Amino acid sequence: MSTVAAGDHHDHPESPYSIKRWLFTTNHKDIGTLYLWFSFIMFLIGGVMALVIRTELFQPGLQFVDPQFFNSMTTMHAIMMIFGVVMPAFTGLANWLIPMMIGAPDMALPRMNNWSFWILPFAFAMMLSTLFMDGGGPAGGWTLYPPLTLQTGDALPFVILSMHFMGLSSIMGAINVVATVLNMRAPGMTLMKMPLFVWTWLITAYLLIAVMPVLAGGITMLLTDKYFGTSFFNAAGGGDPVMFQHIFWFFGHPEVYILILPSFGVVSSIIPTFARKPLFGYASMVYATGAIAFLSFIVWAHHMFTVGMPLAGELFFMFATMLIAVPTGVKVFNWIATMWRGSMTFETPMLFALGFIVMFSIGGFSGLMLALAPVDFQYHDTYFVVAHFHYVLVPGSIFAIIAAVYYWLPKWCGNMYSEGLGKTHFWLSTIFVNLTFFPMHFVGLAGMPRRIPDYALQFSDYNMMATIGAFGFGLSQLLFLVLVIKAIRSGNKATSQVWEDAEGLEWTLPSPAPYHSFSTPPAIK
Amino acid sequence: MAQAENSYYVPHGSHWPIFGSVAVCTLLVGMANYLNGTSWGGNMALVGFGLLVIMLFGWFGTVVKESRAGLYNTQVDVSFRWGMFWFIFSEVMFFAAFFGALFYARNYSLPWLSGEGSGAMTNMFLYEGFEASWPSAANGPGNVGGEYKPMGAWGLPAINTALLLSSGVTLTWAHHALKAGHRAQLIIGLFLTVALGAIFMACQVLEYKEAYEHYGLTLGSGIYGTTFFMLTGFHGFHVTIGAIILAVILFRCMSGHFSSDNHFGFEAAAWYWHFVDVVWLGLFVFVYLV
Ligand code: HEM
Ligand SMILES: [Cu+2]
Repeated sequence: MSTVAAGDHHDHPESPYSIKRWLFTTNHKDIGTLYLWFSFIMFLIGGVMALVIRTELFQPGLQFVDPQFFNSMTTMHAIMMIFGVVMPAFTGLANWLIPMMIGAPDMALPRMNNWSFWILPFAFAMMLSTLFMDGGGPAGGWTLYPPLTLQTGDALPFVILSMHFMGLSSIMGAINVVATVLNMRAPGMTLMKMPLFVWTWLITAYLLIAVMPVLAGGITMLLTDKYFGTSFFNAAGGGDPVMFQHIFWFFGHPEVYILILPSFGVVSSIIPTFARKPLFGYASMVYATGAIAFLSFIVWAHHMFTVGMPLAGELFFMFATMLIAVPTGVKVFNWIATMWRGSMTFETPMLFALGFIVMFSIGGFSGLMLALAPVDFQYHDTYFVVAHFHYVLVPGSIFAIIAAVYYWLPKWCGNMYSEGLGKTHFWLSTIFVNLTFFPMHFVGLAGMPRRIPDYALQFSDYNMMATIGAFGFGLSQLLFLVLVIKAIRSGNKATSQVWEDAEGLEWTLPSPAPYHSFSTPPAIK
Repeated sequence: MAQAENSYYVPHGSHWPIFGSVAVCTLLVGMANYLNGTSWGGNMALVGFGLLVIMLFGWFGTVVKESRAGLYNTQVDVSFRWGMFWFIFSEVMFFAAFFGALFYARNYSLPWLSGEGSGAMTNMFLYEGFEASWPSAANGPGNVGGEYKPMGAWGLPAINTALLLSSGVTLTWAHHALKAGHRAQLIIGLFLTVALGAIFMACQVLEYKEAYEHYGLTLGSGIYGTTFFMLTGFHGFHVTIGAIILAVILFRCMSGHFSSDNHFGFEAAAWYWHFVDVVWLGLFVFVYLV
């Protein structure tokens, strides 16, 4: 089937200053751009919340905010960063890149694509407005465990309904990705020729469609328990609060893979370019991604080792979790094997990708420690867990997103960014991210609990370091903003190839990529 | 603009999505305010719902128009198919959460509260003497909602099962008619399907009335009432949506919108209806029967 884009559309975009262009657009590049900017704005808002947390924790004792507000900051920070930053950023990348990578004219369902994005500003406005309500914002943790979460004030229905709204957006976005990948590939682009970014996103989309509705079910139960007298999580009525944890983590663990799989795709695109060697073990990468996705459905209760599960459950979830290390190891091995004897250069995207590999692995190792049920009794709900997931999410997912922006920015805007600023951004980010999160391992192992605004004196030094690191990391990101704006406005013109050894259909298009990518499908060798 | 036979239709910008966002946001903010006890929340939700209906008419209306104008080639058709398939899959997972809650309550939380397995201490210290039995004493140690009589399988529910199963048959009959070009049979078949759906809903309403008025069984009857009404309630909601979709398709058939080889709108509605059907079978077995 050949794919010629049809034209009830203009061949040229309206002016970027036209508000109607952005509100009504059905163009995958416009929508990708909207997602990415939205994600950055949420990153700043979520970042300020993190800095409130770190400011309070700079010294022991209560000094700046009251504990209730502190807890609503930890809760909101997580919700913003997960649903407002990482997921939209990945969807933005998917929008920009997938049609170009598979030789399609656009996403399969362009109007629905617009809706997936335009839900987000509304949903997050609802979510953020809860901070100003009677009883304050949600403060029971992003995991929303009952009965604590049911004590939220007026904010509760807003939190739950806005999460439904976000879920609608993610599900529609994911359906679009699946339909695009399965149906819009140029002739000759077989599944096993697709770039890994497309593969990882296909599998991510599948995970999203499978688990977002489960979260929707779980939070609906919270709502009916609170307002309609149901007993899902009420032991007196024959329910069980622990049941919520099962439902939540059945969503939650696949969700953490939703937050990391597209990063694997990004890194698998960048490493071969700058090592000037084809990706080592392409097929094994695909199968490893599939295996991770499958396993992610049967490990959820590793978040619940301490709730009093039967022994058989503890053992099953412990061993299943450790199994994930195998496909993850395959991936890390393949990236390293790709670089082996390559002629490497270290442009900014490569630096971020390398930083990803090293620091994501640190997070993977701490995950492995947490997966050991007996020791998790000690580590659970301490800063060690906080250190673990921040290593996989910040120098993991966020670094991969930044790497992707550096790598594809010349293709998007037609100009090169400043390598000097980029490298500075990398080194500042790397130093500060480690200064922030590495000490958390130590205070965590020594017993500092998470989600508490005060701590024992012996944890002071490390907390002080973490706070300094957090401010440094936050400020370094402003450099990134400056760099991106500068590159959009001016800079050396990029060639269509951009990087000496980049492979893939997107590099056959001129830079900046034309408004409509492949109106006629490209020939695939 | 005329379309080349083999071109993928990429629509022009549309105002319906952003309209939809405003509509749903109004609906949700209204609902939240209603739950918080404001006097105007409910009305705001109704306004949002009205806007949503307008959006659905406008959006689907545009799609129907474009489809009638021949803008969609087979590849677009396949995109719609994948879209509908994965949407239904997401719905399956939504129901899975509630079925999961039912199984969990029956197999774990109630037995544990009764002192089995790791629940021995809970039972001894908190709920001494409590012994759950499904379905008749499954409202927990607090006897939440008071005494109730569980809903048996062989009255209305069995009739409902027959109704929905036959509606699946009439729908398939209509589909065959559409493919063979028998208009009268198509319209009769579809009409019967919608009618059977409506009768099903009427029976469901009767059953709920019976439960509330004579069985003492309410949404607040502990975990039994909770799972019973939430599962059948969400199912009933989906039947209603499915029947509305089928009714729209019926009108489209009557205005001659579909041809024997090009009628994805019909098929999507049929897939949805069969999905609702299958969920009911699950309900019949796990909520009513065992
Ligand atoms: C390498 C494989 C991984 C293993 C074995 C692993 C294991 C674990 C375990 C056992 C916990 C629970 C700790 C506790 O609460 O006591 C945990 C928490 C967490 N993990 Fe991982 N993990 C892995 C990778 C990841 C990845 C890739 C991400 C996300 C990108 C991630 C994100 C999280 C988050 C967000 C939490 C904390 C959730 C919360 O309680 O708020 N993990 N991990
Ligand atoms: Cu997990």
